[in-house]
Amino acid sequence: MDRRDFLKLTGAGLGGLMLPAFAGRVIAAEQLLSKLDVGTKKKLADVALQAAKAGGAKYCDVRIGRYLRQFVVTREDKVQNVVNTESCGIGIRVIANGTWGFAATSELTPDAVAKAAKQAVAIAKANSKVQAKPVELAPVKGVGEVSWATPIVKNAMAVPIKDKVDLLLGVNADAMKAGASFINSILFAVNEQKYFASTDGSYIDQDVHRIWAPMQVTAVDKGTGKFRIRAGLSAPRGMGFEYLDGKKEDKVELPCGATLYRDSYDMREDAIAAAKQAKEKLTAQSVKPGKYDLMLDPSHTWLTIHESVGHPTELDRVLGYEANYAGTSFATLDKWRDKFKYGSDKVTITADKIAKGTLGAVGYDDEGVKTGKWDLIKDGVLVNYQVIRDQAHILGLKASQGCCYADSWSSVQFQRMANVSLQPGKDKLTPNEMIKDIENGIYIVGDGSFSIDQQRYNAQFGGQLFYEIKNGKVTQPIEDVAYQIRTPEFWNSCVAVCDESDFRYGGSFFDGKGQPGQVSAVSHGSSTARFNGANVINTARSLG
Amino acid sequence: MTIYSEQDAKAILDKAIKASKADECTATLSGSNGGNIRYALNSVSTSGHVSDCDLAVEVAFGKRTGTATINSFDDASIEAVVRRAEELAKLAPENPEFMPAIDKQTYKASDTFAQKTADIAPEYRASVAAACIEPCRKDKLTAAGFLEDGQEFSAIANSKGNFGYQKSTSMDFTCTVRTDDGKGSGWVARNLGDVSKFDAKSDIQTAIQKAKGSVDAKALEPGKYTVIMEPAATAGLISFMMFGFDARQADEGRSFLSKKGGGNKLGEKLFDERVSIHADPWHPEAAVLPWDGEGLARERTSIVDKGKVDYLHYSRYWAQKQGKRAVGQPGNLIMAGGDKSTMDLVRGTKKGVLVTRTWYIRLVDPQTVLLTGLTRDGTFYIEDGEIKYPIKNFRFNESPAIMLNNIEEIGKPVRVKGDESSFIMMVPPMKIRDFTFSSLSDAV
Repeated sequence: MDRRDFLKLTGAGLGGLMLPAFAGRVIAAEQLLSKLDVGTKKKLADVALQAAKAGGAKYCDVRIGRYLRQFVVTREDKVQNVVNTESCGIGIRVIANGTWGFAATSELTPDAVAKAAKQAVAIAKANSKVQAKPVELAPVKGVGEVSWATPIVKNAMAVPIKDKVDLLLGVNADAMKAGASFINSILFAVNEQKYFASTDGSYIDQDVHRIWAPMQVTAVDKGTGKFRIRAGLSAPRGMGFEYLDGKKEDKVELPCGATLYRDSYDMREDAIAAAKQAKEKLTAQSVKPGKYDLMLDPSHTWLTIHESVGHPTELDRVLGYEANYAGTSFATLDKWRDKFKYGSDKVTITADKIAKGTLGAVGYDDEGVKTGKWDLIKDGVLVNYQVIRDQAHILGLKASQGCCYADSWSSVQFQRMANVSLQPGKDKLTPNEMIKDIENGIYIVGDGSFSIDQQRYNAQFGGQLFYEIKNGKVTQPIEDVAYQIRTPEFWNSCVAVCDESDFRYGGSFFDGKGQPGQVSAVSHGSSTARFNGANVINTARSLG
Repeated sequence: MTIYSEQDAKAILDKAIKASKADECTATLSGSNGGNIRYALNSVSTSGHVSDCDLAVEVAFGKRTGTATINSFDDASIEAVVRRAEELAKLAPENPEFMPAIDKQTYKASDTFAQKTADIAPEYRASVAAACIEPCRKDKLTAAGFLEDGQEFSAIANSKGNFGYQKSTSMDFTCTVRTDDGKGSGWVARNLGDVSKFDAKSDIQTAIQKAKGSVDAKALEPGKYTVIMEPAATAGLISFMMFGFDARQADEGRSFLSKKGGGNKLGEKLFDERVSIHADPWHPEAAVLPWDGEGLARERTSIVDKGKVDYLHYSRYWAQKQGKRAVGQPGNLIMAGGDKSTMDLVRGTKKGVLVTRTWYIRLVDPQTVLLTGLTRDGTFYIEDGEIKYPIKNFRFNESPAIMLNNIEEIGKPVRVKGDESSFIMMVPPMKIRDFTFSSLSDAV
């Protein structure tokens, strides 16, 4: 979850939920692209492909996209905003003179599409004058006309606004009853209807759904002037509205007393817990800084994985394409060639674009590559990166791994993070069993503050809930905790990972990258993991 | 066409307002025409042109509001977008904090438009990329940068007779230069309204010198240091702190500007008396639109006066509830300073650390605005008024509320824009004591 230009606040002020401002427009129903059937999209795509080839392009791909987003924003007993945005158009990418060119238009007529295709070719030819090396594209076999859809049970877009408002206001009322001073809760639903066609002979129609229900519960003690926030413990998911069913079998009771969620979320239950825990945080003991063994819940670890493994193994960063913005990577190609020991032998981290219910799951990426799963770190050793078609040859790969994504029809697709997940331990181990061996530790639940350097060495992470562990038992909640890591040392200090019965996903709904900035959504799974001897700092300060 | 004249924009807005059958209607028309070029590894990677224009219509029936937008402006489209907004408003729940459309405002135009910026062509962008790449290629250096420029117009009107129109231009340039061996990294940034003040050939030398000068950095122990912060190094911390200047958040007890026992710290002295920050839409070097996102007229607003909190942002709802006057939310931050440059401050420093920029700033504790982040692209050790040698980057854990109490000296403000801030800022280089570096970073 990076950043930047696209961030704005909802008005929740400091510590509030940060939301990106999306391009998009609410347009009248009769203008929606939904009335265009696949056949119409194919015809438009063929116009673009032919115009590009006629203009001299060696390769062309076309993305006709309809991007729907809905946000319901509430606080306490008020609906602050209901926003529906919709953005439709076509993006055309070509290779001419060995160079990429791109053009996009919202005008979905054959003439406008042909014009955009020619413009893309003209841009490619103009840019070829300063191109150092011609683009080398890993081959993709055309798949003909195919389709893929996120396997949802209930389309969130089809759920009436009233039901969503009732849910959130009910959640808010429960939190207030449980003693919260304030609550902000939000529901996001995303539907990307993407049609991809290329000169390789693919025509791919995809319907992608995502959902997220974050909240922040605040407890204020006016007497002391102290306030504390406990954010919700849900995960954004590649699912429909069924994620909010809060099924009993999806609940996980942790040894610290907190309840976490697998594949469905009980938002009301979590809001009540959040209110109680936010109040508890007001009086919790401040942590004594020093070395601790960390027991990290998957609701926390996802962000550490994201920042310290997901980003540094993006090949465009490794090569220097993101040097001016997100940065480069310490995980350089020479380290990969030398079988760099990224982590302990307990650490196997995979990338995938296929796991059910994840934010990254699609049938094909945004350059028509069928998606899959591969190892990034195998038994602690750096073995691979995340690549797209024009990078595969650099690693000697015969095919792209399918990591290409654009956040809009009007954005140029580029390498984005796959789901990157810590694989569960092979031996049976539950959190209850793991904690027994920890003499002096801290149990961290939920994600909090995060920051990492531009080569992904030095990072600092907070959390939502912190518990002191003494001699195998949770003793008390503590506060003001953040730990600092140097990435390779941290992953090499991983001494145990719980088994697959504890595996859960977290994720980022708005991961930022690129100039101009684009967002993407990505999941990170793990089981509870133990890291020995971490450097914990105390973050309490006095303003006098 | 995406840039409309005042007359044409007004005609479109008037049509929308006339078409509305709601109790009130506010319409905004905004269009932009811009381009960008991105380069990395001494080669252009992408370039693009973006133009867009949107009409947004917000209507209200009682306390129910609806908003719809459209990007075609014929009579039928305007009618359709108004009807859509009205449909949404009828479906929306009542907003207990609903505020009626703003009254007619008086906008004093600000100088936000420069024809030379509006005239930027693709060739110019390519020449900027070339001006950065060429000297790097010759010097075993690698450039990666981004230039984004454009012109835009904003027009607003409502059913109470309010109307405003203004054009503006902007350009934002950043370039990172790394030594080919990866041991040194430097950076330069320029944010301007008028491109005629920009000279890539000269500016790139800053990044080149920092890249070459930062090779083989030594490690210093983390701890509290006297620092010389270049303007870009504190811009992100100061703009982050501004999120806490919300009156409602403070009154609700959840801001560093909340008062123990209730209320807020408006009027209290919280910073060094040399700290004065104001907003001024007509500032000659950092002009912004004379109205805010809601259309409220901006004013010259003192935010911090000689260390005293002089302003909190009252939304129109909160202002009404608290008996305050709502004014336009600041679009820029002008920090007062002296005449000294960054290097003047270095020359007056016995021992200290020079910080080029800070990066990945995140809030650790909203109670104290404790922020964490890292130094990047040129961090140097100063001794006896001279830059002695490059040092490894640090992670900091510091609150701007504490930092602005530990000021030793303030230099001459320059125009900057934070990585994650919408503010245009005039920020001086500052010499600050006891700045908290909590760990070392190996990142170059």
